Amino acid sequence: MQQPAWQLGCPVSLGPQPDRVSLAHGEGGRLMRRLIEENILPRFAQDGEVKAPPDAAILPEFSGELAFTTDSFVVSPLFFPGGDIGRLAIIGTMNDLAVAGALPMWISLSLIIEEGLPLPVLESVLESAAQAAREAGVQVVAGDTKVVPAGAADGLFITTSGIGRVLPPPPLGPETIQPGDELIVSGPVGRHGIAILAAREQLGLIPPPETDCACLFDPVNQLRITGLMSDDRNVVRAIRDATRGGVTAILHEWSQACGHTLTVRETAVPTTPDTRGSAELLGLDPLQIACEGTMLIAVKQGVGEAVVQALRNSPQSREAAVIGEVRERGLAPVTIQRSLGTEQPLDEPSGAMLPRIC
Amino acid sequence: MKHLDEFRDPILARRLVDEIRRTVSQQRVLMEVCGGQTHSLLRHGIAVELEDIVELIHGPGCPVCVTPAEAIDFAQQLALEPNVSVASFGDMLRVPGSSRSLLDARSQGGTVKIVYSPLDAVELAKSNPDQHIVFFAVGFETTAPTTALAVLQAAGLGLENFSLLVSHVRVLPAMDALMQTPECRVEGFLAAGHVCTVTGFDEYENFVERYKTPVVVTGFEPLDLLDGILDCVTQLETGRSTVTNRYARSVQQGGNASAQEIVHKVYEIADTTWRGMGVIPQGGYRLRDEFSQFDATHRFHSLQQPKGTEAECPTFNAFDVWGSCPSGVCASDECRSGEVLTGLIKPFECDAFGTSCSPDSPLGAPMVSAEGACAAYFKYQRTV
Repeated sequence: MQQPAWQLGCPVSLGPQPDRVSLAHGEGGRLMRRLIEENILPRFAQDGEVKAPPDAAILPEFSGELAFTTDSFVVSPLFFPGGDIGRLAIIGTMNDLAVAGALPMWISLSLIIEEGLPLPVLESVLESAAQAAREAGVQVVAGDTKVVPAGAADGLFITTSGIGRVLPPPPLGPETIQPGDELIVSGPVGRHGIAILAAREQLGLIPPPETDCACLFDPVNQLRITGLMSDDRNVVRAIRDATRGGVTAILHEWSQACGHTLTVRETAVPTTPDTRGSAELLGLDPLQIACEGTMLIAVKQGVGEAVVQALRNSPQSREAAVIGEVRERGLAPVTIQRSLGTEQPLDEPSGAMLPRIC
Repeated sequence: MKHLDEFRDPILARRLVDEIRRTVSQQRVLMEVCGGQTHSLLRHGIAVELEDIVELIHGPGCPVCVTPAEAIDFAQQLALEPNVSVASFGDMLRVPGSSRSLLDARSQGGTVKIVYSPLDAVELAKSNPDQHIVFFAVGFETTAPTTALAVLQAAGLGLENFSLLVSHVRVLPAMDALMQTPECRVEGFLAAGHVCTVTGFDEYENFVERYKTPVVVTGFEPLDLLDGILDCVTQLETGRSTVTNRYARSVQQGGNASAQEIVHKVYEIADTTWRGMGVIPQGGYRLRDEFSQFDATHRFHSLQQPKGTEAECPTFNAFDVWGSCPSGVCASDECRSGEVLTGLIKPFECDAFGTSCSPDSPLGAPMVSAEGACAAYFKYQRTV
């Protein structure tokens, strides 16, 4: 029998595809309520209790200083070896609190979803965000969901804000950095940027390089436990997580703040073989590539080794190392001693070397 | 890392430096042709280490630096066309044409994609049949085989939505052109190891014969470079001029025959405009007529600007396919990239260097490209 030129079917639209996020999911109606109640809230429930969300989370009474931060995540691709945008959104904000000397407590999480995002993708991202929050003992207490038409976003964007309790004393501040001070990284540099780049550009590296995405609270806390950052004795000038622009960007910021030259020894900087190899291949400098679980620390002269030993108590900073020191202002704000012994300026990263890595 | 640290060993490097010092009796002037070597020499501090005995003049071997501004302008025009995407290597996107770059075209709504291989651009064409993918094919003999392969692959797949905007250049004719400039002070050349991996080094024999100038095929790591420099100054001190291969772990005399065959099948040698240097006879490749369907200048002929006239430009040269001043000196009064590319001045001798010209707001291509000499000096030698 000849097929008719038209398709027989119900003239009424079937409505949104059940396995994808549609604009209707963001319109405030039944679909949105179901998305929130079924897909989002259960993952972030406290003590197994799923409550209808009020307009604002009420936080308990509290004395002492608070740290507050916010960050947006637009990483592409959404999933990469060692993590995904959900885990990154929680860890990134927690790390901003941790390096400010705070214990992360509460987090808000807002989603901007592109119409058509498969629901399993959203669920998987939310699951790993919830997992990251559980691991670190922080509560996701507020959130928002918006859906934008296809093409107005790229899959999924997440914004998180976080509040933490400052555990005194915080670092002294980069303006207190002095000649003689020592510079330390908590682990191999550049892993996150390389992992994203390799995944995005399908570089086909085997095994694929993994991100270092992990919470930095424990490594920082080792400095408290060992008495290096306490009310009696604080040897820590500054701590920063080396995200966009990598270690180099922070060195330049600190140099500007203190007015001295910060110098690193190329051979002392820890890198993984896959980061080094990929960076060579692509003409990139690992010191300029983003990390998501590695920090730079400036400490007073003479305590560098003690700080490294303290950091090595935490699994996240087993490969911590002293990479350089601070000097009177010399030939450039930041310099590097190459393996052949020459000292050169280490320039700030310029332009969009690796866009959308976090 | 394996095969990296071995060629960066500080003790061996120091020995080679000492050996070079013992060998030279007077200041020698060498040119490394390739931008990759320029960066390595500066990054590892070799240029500074040797500056009192060996002056290293940085040659024009930075492919995106010598890509004519007019080709970049045309690529931008293509990117802004509906249903046309321009794909190229990341470096190419930031290089300004006569005023703007491909990145600017993208921010104006043009479609510009970064790929790591021309074959990825073929894949793009395959998976986007409603888009025409133009691959901006730049580079020396090293990249020409892969772009030629892309054409053969597209032809094999019967793709009609794929073409190349070709700006491939050849090293040897540029070295020839440099030697013929009266100001040229170069006594010996470090030839680019990766180019010779493809081409071999037979073709340098005539060059050496003609100019009595040693050519040493050299690699890119610190020990490779020091070893190449030592070979070159040894030849100069003993009055020899030969072609020697100091990058034997990659280069064979005859080069890579299958790569050469692919290039020969798809391209023919042509007089080509080098930005900052003008038209160099036989200085590049163009697609053979039988592949004209893959030639973006042919496919989008109607978009091209009419040719300039002799009256408009004193150095008008009929060979220039881009139809405008081929000498490249008209682009910016401030930018002296032509003199940098030909080794007449060092980047810091240009008044604009580090003041009105920096990687953030480059006036000329050598400040943009990862292989450009100005960018290398800005990155590794600038003092603030």
